[in-house]
Amino acid sequence: MSIGMSVEHIGADPHGDRGGPAQPLLTVRKLVKHFDLKKSFVETMMGGGKVVRAVDGVDFNVLKGETLGVVGESGCGKSTTARLLMHLIEPSAGEIVFDGETVGSPALPLREYRRQVQMVFQDSYSSLNPRLTIQDSIAFGPQVHGVGKRESMTRARDLLARVGLEPSRFAERYPHELSGGQRQRVNIARALASEPRLVILDEAVSALDKSVEAQVLNLLMDLKDEFGLTYVFISHDLHVVRYISDRVMVMYLGKVAETGPAEALFEHPLHPYTRALLSSMPSMDPDRRTEEAPLAGDPPNPIDPPPGCRFHTRCPLAEAICAEQTPTLAATGTRETACLIHEPGSRHTQTGAAIYAS
Amino acid sequence: MNEASQISATPIVSVRDLHVTFTGAKRPVQAVNGVDLSVRQGESIALIGESGSGKSVTLRSLLRLHPERKTRIEGRIDIAGHDVLALGNRALADYRGRVASMIFQEPLLALDPVYTVGAQIVESIRRHESISAADARQRALELFERVRIPSPARRLDAYPHEMSGGMRQRAMIALALACKPQVLLADEPTTALDATVQIQILLLLRELQRELGLAIVFVTHDMGAAVEVADRIAVMYAGRIVEEGSTREVIRNPRHPYTLALMQARADGAMTKGARLASIPGAPPDLAQLPVGCAFAERCVYAADACLKTRPDAVELGDNHRARCLRTDATAGVLGTRAEALTKVAALTESS
Repeated sequence: MSIGMSVEHIGADPHGDRGGPAQPLLTVRKLVKHFDLKKSFVETMMGGGKVVRAVDGVDFNVLKGETLGVVGESGCGKSTTARLLMHLIEPSAGEIVFDGETVGSPALPLREYRRQVQMVFQDSYSSLNPRLTIQDSIAFGPQVHGVGKRESMTRARDLLARVGLEPSRFAERYPHELSGGQRQRVNIARALASEPRLVILDEAVSALDKSVEAQVLNLLMDLKDEFGLTYVFISHDLHVVRYISDRVMVMYLGKVAETGPAEALFEHPLHPYTRALLSSMPSMDPDRRTEEAPLAGDPPNPIDPPPGCRFHTRCPLAEAICAEQTPTLAATGTRETACLIHEPGSRHTQTGAAIYAS
Repeated sequence: MNEASQISATPIVSVRDLHVTFTGAKRPVQAVNGVDLSVRQGESIALIGESGSGKSVTLRSLLRLHPERKTRIEGRIDIAGHDVLALGNRALADYRGRVASMIFQEPLLALDPVYTVGAQIVESIRRHESISAADARQRALELFERVRIPSPARRLDAYPHEMSGGMRQRAMIALALACKPQVLLADEPTTALDATVQIQILLLLRELQRELGLAIVFVTHDMGAAVEVADRIAVMYAGRIVEEGSTREVIRNPRHPYTLALMQARADGAMTKGARLASIPGAPPDLAQLPVGCAFAERCVYAADACLKTRPDAVELGDNHRARCLRTDATAGVLGTRAEALTKVAALTESS
């Protein structure tokens, strides 16, 4: 990414690509979000008190044009991460860099950033204003960003047609007059109305029935090609994430356990948690049902996460060292994992190679 | 199959031509339109369907949980010798929990927040049996051990909000089993749980079914969960069972176009990446104005003219496998050939 190239791009299109295809669209460094719990008077005065470590030092990149899947159990911080990416909540620490510019800096104020990054939520009903017709809802965002009323309405109707809702039949309707699948199409159109480059989909298809879910997934893939979008796709449904993602990030208790290309990660998981999560998927073969649950118990509470590796309390391969030493997220090739087994020089007695052999 | 040997011949749950209509709204909503179901002792059956298919309504009818004034239930439900629809109030209260009991999707809503879980179990045991409080507590403790709640004695004195999601669901299963019912009804028991906890609960249900000889009726929208616990699967659409058969048959050789489409719409490992998902066009019909013919005909790729005129009866496909469809001739072996075709394509692309 030479400077000359980026200048050309700025000249060509103020909202377009800056750093070239090799620069990640989004870089997240040491992102932290702690929520304070109710504090006593002394704690308020002296500092301290308990916090929920919802996101506790997360690093990842989102490459241009890719779909990054984010998976993990409830409480792992995936939805908090999504809200932090949108700056819907302020991070406690850390940095978000969007195409080379720090988010919130003078070069990329929040208002401009939010035009380029949009989000689709799980609950299709509560994310639409019940008092606005759906075309007004879709046109609202562009109007806030200075697009004229007439033009924004035209854009809204075009987008409705694009997501498969006939404008002449649907444009004047209110959210309660639509089915769940139709409302989620409206939400997708609303997200696209401000011509974003990155769309964050937080459990966007989880509330839909299977037959409708397939329609919406197909639509999302078509729109990605047509508008050159980049997706962050958050879901607890591993089948869907595997299907739609180019790369996958696995989170556990506010930290990244593993990231890697989707197929490689699903075929050969490196982190013991990823392995357990994948083998928790119900088998679709009546002759080969799951005989033993891969993990016992529930995920621990993020208020007092276990020391060392956060997974050691449930990990089948944990050793004494895992409770003391916090693994770092280390890259090998295209994959990253935070596990002492894969960390050279750690005092864990097993090595990655031995695990693979078994 | 040692599981099969425990299943007796006479059904313990027998539902005949069940119709449930909700009359509270402007137009009556026909939620269930002629469901026949029989479950034998020691057998588990999964009712699968999308929202609005009538699966939960059917299940709740088995305990008569619908508000009486706004619901019209027709047909016949016999469970372990009780004519459920004819039970008086007192007899109904005796029947609930003792003969059949239910576990719900969200234990936090189903359990009483102001009593400890132990107290709730003791209360329900003493409602049905004349037994001392100490003995009832001992039974509750055994139940907690049975559903493998760690440090059970301490957990009996916990309030529902003090437990994690998986533990609450285990406590609810313990509560449901407190009065030794013969039939366990489960309404999406694992939908609200994380994947690693879901599989634990599914395995627990399977184990309880085997060891206590329970009949289980399990409602879910997740094929995977159904495959893990059910001996048989019944697929529901617009208030009717459109296909029913052994889990193996329904998964491997679905014959109703709706089941077939559901199997094909799954974003599974079998799907080639980047290929479009086979989606079902349209949306489920409005239950307040059902079409005259087959309710799925509008969305069905195999639909013929006859499908729009008559509601198809069940077609026997052998081996207790039935589908309500006029075009079962067209759906034979479709899934198999498709899977073969996909592997062929994969092989070709790899070699080229």
